[in-house]
Amino acid sequence: MSAFAESEANETFVLNLGPQHPATHGVLRVKLTMDGEYIVEAEPVLGYIHRMHEKMGENRTWAQFLPNTGRMDYLHALAFNHGYVSVVERAAGIEVPERAEYLRVITSELNRVSSHLLWFGAFILDLGGFSPLLYAFDDREHILDLLESVTGSRLTYCYFRFGGVYNDIDDNFVAGARAFIKRLRDRMPMYHNLVTKNIILMKRLQEVGPISAEMCRKYGATGPVCRGSGINFDVRKHEPYSIYPEMDFEVPVYEQGDSMARYMVRMDEIEQSLRIVEQALDKLPEGPVMAEKVPKIIKPPKGDYYHAVETARGSFGVRVVSDGSNTPYRLKLRSPTFSNLSLYGEACRGMLLPDALALMGSLDLVIPEIDR
Amino acid sequence: MYVDPEIIRLLAFLVGVIAFAALNAAYLVWLERKEAAHIQRRIGPKEVGPFGLFQPLVDGIKLMTKQLIVPAGVDPVLFKIAPILVMVPAIMSFVTIPFGETLVARNLDIGLLAIFAFASVNVLGLLLGAWGSRNKYAVISAARVVSQNVAYEIPMLVTVVTLVMITGTMNLHTIVLQQQGGFWHWNIFNLSASPLMPVAFLIFFVCMLAETNRAPFDMAEAESELVAGAFTEYSGMGFGVFFMGEYANIVIGASMATILFLGGWDCPLGLFPGVLWFLIKMYFLIFTVIWIRWTFPRTTFYGLLNLSWKILIPISFFNLILTSAMLKVF
Repeated sequence: MSAFAESEANETFVLNLGPQHPATHGVLRVKLTMDGEYIVEAEPVLGYIHRMHEKMGENRTWAQFLPNTGRMDYLHALAFNHGYVSVVERAAGIEVPERAEYLRVITSELNRVSSHLLWFGAFILDLGGFSPLLYAFDDREHILDLLESVTGSRLTYCYFRFGGVYNDIDDNFVAGARAFIKRLRDRMPMYHNLVTKNIILMKRLQEVGPISAEMCRKYGATGPVCRGSGINFDVRKHEPYSIYPEMDFEVPVYEQGDSMARYMVRMDEIEQSLRIVEQALDKLPEGPVMAEKVPKIIKPPKGDYYHAVETARGSFGVRVVSDGSNTPYRLKLRSPTFSNLSLYGEACRGMLLPDALALMGSLDLVIPEIDR
Repeated sequence: MYVDPEIIRLLAFLVGVIAFAALNAAYLVWLERKEAAHIQRRIGPKEVGPFGLFQPLVDGIKLMTKQLIVPAGVDPVLFKIAPILVMVPAIMSFVTIPFGETLVARNLDIGLLAIFAFASVNVLGLLLGAWGSRNKYAVISAARVVSQNVAYEIPMLVTVVTLVMITGTMNLHTIVLQQQGGFWHWNIFNLSASPLMPVAFLIFFVCMLAETNRAPFDMAEAESELVAGAFTEYSGMGFGVFFMGEYANIVIGASMATILFLGGWDCPLGLFPGVLWFLIKMYFLIFTVIWIRWTFPRTTFYGLLNLSWKILIPISFFNLILTSAMLKVF
């Protein structure tokens, strides 16, 4: 039994973080090689919730794939809707009425706020603070009610159609959205006072989990992850689509690259999204919400089309190859969190387990979107 | 038949102490859930009995009727003995705690020492349970618990030594008697002995949080990192006993803070001292402990050790030296 007493130098052990683990928020498995509590190597293992969305797209008509998009990133489903309908509209040459574009932006930005609020709660939960989650859910509930009143669902939205949106908003929605903007603006200082300025939180996030701009470029990280590392890239600004060029908003960028920077980017983005919603509500034009001449069966001409949108987690791109039939020949989805997670193995090398989990939380992972 | 009244007295106290510990453990869970709920703008338990007051009872029945699972590969002896090792010393500690002027089971001259000796066994229980579980998360948790407790017992004991120097006794009953007559007599405001007494109380309180593995120092459990830490493999009453032991330890910690710093059963205004005041102070401290848990995020492990070795230990040693100097001078 002397084997127990003998210890080799640099002895490591493998710790399976997941696929069932409270910190991974889904069925992600990370194979950690640990030296005590230090991480020597981390390897994310995917595939536990793979549903072959891309292949599914090739076996369905263009319109039938639409509900699938809301089931990938269930937290920012409307942006995924937006990406897919935009690429099909580009391929089929469908004009979208202006009011419909406004509605798309309003609902999508509200959805972005709800996604960030949920991330905020879940992230603090990862750090061991339970209470902010309930407050964030309280605010998020208002958005869900608003979106439910116009889209009919609360989570996996399928609101956008080729050529517009399927339902117009009413005065209740406008009043509700304005009331919500005011409410959240009043509450954001509370979040900052109670959570952001908390000394324990600051110590846990500042200078922890640094991700360099170079690493972001290497792995193709987008969204708040790259903006927290000093890369000013936001599809809404740099490859503008929909009515974003008409909106006045800023892209929050932080140079530090630590977990705190990513936290601050998201908190600032909530305010910017509220600004966009407010302007869009002010400028909302009258008119139809659906283009008139949308063919029942869409058959885009032969070609290769791509469209990217900015989701709450980064740039989501859809590439479709059409052979002129009523189903796509090839559908390729570029989901942001997949790239964001790819850098995890390199970023958390040598870190302590709690810090690595804080880093993972700051990446804002949505597993069904990574696995698709 | 003649029965020594001392034996009857001891039996009554034994039953009383166990009942007090168990009742506290059960109803502190209720308090914790209710308080957490109100901090989070919820209602909390409300279905079982008025204000959910029978909830602990139902929880207890649920835990007791569950099968005791001993997973394959664990060390069966250590695995089973660990929860008891956490619970028993906690109940033993109640023996020396003077709740009121006459309400103490055994008034030991070394009561203070006895309590800290029992408190250390708690760590051993957690360590053995985690080690015996044969679970990687539990072993990480065990390593954390031990180094955390070693780090925090030093400033705690140095603070207690400072206090013993001031009071000149380890008898808890005498320590309280010395603080009678209003809040300005309490050790926390005993500024003539050492101007750092309020700080000493703070150090004691923080160390108590760390000793009992309460948030923000709940490294052992750390549910978002280590799943359930040392308790990962425990289910049913095995887990329940661990849980009760934890709460009993919180009660002990709050009682010690009350006795050593807040004048025990003394009324703040010097009128009508009694056991009621002891309970008020103790439950106020427990309330604060729960309040902290639901307000702050968890610290990291190295942050915790840094706090102990770089801040708490130097301050408590400085306080010790200052107190001894002042005792010598005045």
